[in-house]
Amino acid sequence: MKIVYFAWVRERIGKPEEEIEPPAGVVTVGDLVRWLAQRGEQYAYAFENPKVIRAAIDRSHVTPDAAISGATEIAFFPPMTGG
Amino acid sequence: MPIRLQREDFDAAAEAAALVGTRTDIGAVVTFTGICRGAEDGAPIAALNLEHYPGMAETEIACHVEEAQARWPLMGVTVIHRYGRLTPGENIVLVVTAASHRQDAFAAAEFLMDYLKTRAPFWKQVEHAAGTQWVEARAADDAAAERWSTQRRSRQAAE
Repeated sequence: MKIVYFAWVRERIGKPEEEIEPPAGVVTVGDLVRWLAQRGEQYAYAFENPKVIRAAIDRSHVTPDAAISGATEIAFFPPMTGG
Repeated sequence: MPIRLQREDFDAAAEAAALVGTRTDIGAVVTFTGICRGAEDGAPIAALNLEHYPGMAETEIACHVEEAQARWPLMGVTVIHRYGRLTPGENIVLVVTAASHRQDAFAAAEFLMDYLKTRAPFWKQVEHAAGTQWVEARAADDAAAERWSTQRRSRQAAE
C-alpha cells in the first residue's frame, strides 16, 4: 500500500511517500504507526508522540482503531492548521 | 465551481457578485476572507507556506459544504483556499454564503470556517528571520469546531 506523509511528519521521515508491505499482524492504523515507528530513527522521531498524529485512509479521516485492510493510500500528518 | 484550491489570489467582491448573479431571492451574503498576518505571537514573519493534501482537501471541504447546505437553507456557497507561499497581507481563504436571511448566511460561514481550521488537510509553516516553524493547532479552534457537533447532538436529543 502507498503511505503519504505531510508537514512535519514528512520532514522528519524525509520523504513524501513510499510503498510498504506491513506484516500480517499489522491490522489497524494504530498498529501501522507502531510498526512504522520501529523502522528507524527518522520514523521513531516522526511518530514519537502517536497521540498527535492524524491519519486518513483513501482520503477520509480515520481514528487509530480503523482497519487498514483494503486501503490503497494511507496518510499520516499533524493536526491541521488551515483556514 | 463552488470549491477551489489554488495558488493564485482571489477577488472576494467578484466571487460574492458571481454567487448572487441576477437572483433576487437572496437577501444576505456573508463574505469571510482570511488574511496572512505580518506577525505570529508578536514576532514578525516573512511568509506562510501552506501545504495541502491534494484530492483529500477538495473532498473534505465538499463534505462540509454539503453539511452546511443540509443544516441551513443556503442559496449558494463558494470556498476558495490558497496554498503555496503567501506573504503578509495576502489572502489565504475565502468563504461566501448566500441565503434569504442573514442568520443562516452568518451561521453557515462560521461553521465552514471552524471546520476548515480543524478538518481540512492544510498545514501552515511560518517563515521568519530565524528559519521556519510549523504552526501548532490551537485548542481554541478544536473547541470552536466541536461546538457545532454539540449543537447537533442537543438538537437531535430534543427531536
